[in-house]
Amino acid sequence: CQGPGVNGDEDRKQVTILGVMIGEQQEKIEQALAPFTEATGIEVVYEGVDTFATTLPIRVDSGRAPDLAMFPQPGLMADFAREGKLVPLGEILTPEEMTEAYDQAWLDLAAVDGTVYGVWYRASVKSLVWFNPQEFAANGYEVPGTWEEMMALSQRLIDKGKTPWCLGIESGNATGWVGTDWVEDIMLRTASPATYDQWVAHDIPFNDRRVENALDIFGEITQNEKMIYGGKVGALSTPFGDSILGLFTDPPHCYLHRQGNFIAAFLPADVDDDQVDIFPLPPIEEEYGLPILVAGDIFAMFNDTPEARQLMAYLASSRPHEVAATLGAYISPHKNIDLNLYPDRLTRKQAEILNKAEVIRFDASDMMPGAVGTGTFWSGMVDYIGGADGTQVLNTIERSWPR
Amino acid sequence: MYVTPALLFLSAYLILPTLETVYLSFFDGRSRNFVGLKNYVFAFTDHTMLVAFRNNLLWLVLVTGISVSLGLIIAVLVDKVRYEAIAKSIIFLPMAISFVGASVIWKFVYAYRPAGAEQIGLLNAIVTSLGFAPVGWLVERSVNNFALIAIMIWLYTGFCMVILSAAVKGIPADVIEAARIDGANSWQIFWRITIPMIRSTLLVVSTTMVILVLKVFDIVFVMTGGNQGTEVIASLMIKEMFNYRNFGRGSTIAVILLLLIVPVMITNIRRFKAQEKLR
Repeated sequence: CQGPGVNGDEDRKQVTILGVMIGEQQEKIEQALAPFTEATGIEVVYEGVDTFATTLPIRVDSGRAPDLAMFPQPGLMADFAREGKLVPLGEILTPEEMTEAYDQAWLDLAAVDGTVYGVWYRASVKSLVWFNPQEFAANGYEVPGTWEEMMALSQRLIDKGKTPWCLGIESGNATGWVGTDWVEDIMLRTASPATYDQWVAHDIPFNDRRVENALDIFGEITQNEKMIYGGKVGALSTPFGDSILGLFTDPPHCYLHRQGNFIAAFLPADVDDDQVDIFPLPPIEEEYGLPILVAGDIFAMFNDTPEARQLMAYLASSRPHEVAATLGAYISPHKNIDLNLYPDRLTRKQAEILNKAEVIRFDASDMMPGAVGTGTFWSGMVDYIGGADGTQVLNTIERSWPR
Repeated sequence: MYVTPALLFLSAYLILPTLETVYLSFFDGRSRNFVGLKNYVFAFTDHTMLVAFRNNLLWLVLVTGISVSLGLIIAVLVDKVRYEAIAKSIIFLPMAISFVGASVIWKFVYAYRPAGAEQIGLLNAIVTSLGFAPVGWLVERSVNNFALIAIMIWLYTGFCMVILSAAVKGIPADVIEAARIDGANSWQIFWRITIPMIRSTLLVVSTTMVILVLKVFDIVFVMTGGNQGTEVIASLMIKEMFNYRNFGRGSTIAVILLLLIVPVMITNIRRFKAQEKLR
């Protein structure tokens, strides 16, 4: 069997892509790539695998790298860039073309040691709080604009014998990421973006007092049995996708739920459009404003062929982003996407929140070494929510950082 | 001469990878620098590793002990009962389910909903109907390991039963008859006749169970992901090797696992040879 990356037939122009999107998402990306093939006649062979992080290095090591790879996070891309396997984007696009397409923040996220390598295709927005506006209106609650207001609202709910938050972190062998997202979001709101970057790069220790401070603020919610529906055991046992359902029960199990835009896929079918709304997770320290925690998918080029170059340029143009936007369940990191293209109100609102953000930072756990980012940071958050001492949890994570 | 192909296959698929694993266990995560015994020091001092060792011991004792003894009791009890075939089939049935499949089933059994909500988990439905608060079976550190162990017992009791039942049926009828004539009751027959006569089978079943238990990781992986103190050696090996891509540590844990299994295998082989000689 001939794997992708082997250009056997020289007459047939084609570009191969290895990516993480499979199933319905694969169909969408193929639709977004279709205009490219129509315009240039270059065939695009997209292969989606759910074991991307293990498949790609094997392909590259055995000399069968795909022309383009679509990375689910920039960490792995950075490894290949440092090994010299990737072609810098600067050889395809001019700096002006890049800044025309993406905000500097996204270009920074696509850069490795100062050189931009990738083209962002999809963004996910994590700093969102979901709520039921009908319940808010019926009870006279207002959408909080600051962290203090949000905590005051939580306390008010508790005083009335209600439970403010739904938190479910169970996610099979990936359990823990919901907790790491929370702490990252709080970290961004209580420390400077530079400190956040130092934390990701381990230029400050994991048990730094600023990280501990963020964890303590998270603890104000998780360490209080009255704050979370079901308390600690509920948080640890509830699958992350079921957690949001508590907003829509009668009476509601909870009134607030913090989760990324992708949780929309888990909304029950019988929930009306006017029963769901979102607000950005409010600022904590005024000086750090309203930063947004993001994740996303990024394309980078392995094999320097004319066809691959053309495709990279196409991916940086607004066309594929516009096509994908109209298909729904997608937010574009591209600068020039008309908000009206998004098919529903919530996605439009999420894109707006993202566009307005002055500071965006990528999910820290995705950028840290696997032993921490998918290991001790995850399990540490599970332990912490389960009642373990915060200082000890941070010390354990610090000790596990690969040296 | 005739064993050459077999030897070639064995060395390609078994011996060489084993040697490679031992070799890698003395190197760092990327297999570049020699680190001596550092990985082994990690394996025997790291807190998570120690928890895994403790859990594996718990698994070994409980799964092997309970599956084998339950299997034996059932094998003796249903022997010559009218519904023997049906009873045995039902108990043997879980054997046909994969670890992951069984874990999915048991995830429903252990499902937790906060107090007051409708319990969809069988166990918590029973617990709450008796008036108690629901239990987070998979997250409470006091019960979660036992909850996982119960799954494997459920899976393998049937296996132990079938093999032991065959051994029980293999006991010559005249021996038991003679014992009865001598006035032995059922209890005495069980301890003085049945057990000694199926001793070798018991040993084989037990050692097989020990090996199976040492290899278990699927149940832990699917049910708890190793969180809340449920990690076992094999699940840590997978994590270090494939999630963290630390080949040194992953190989080290594999070597330790191998060393733990070797004595069990030797016992099994000795037993086998002794039996061959008898023939």
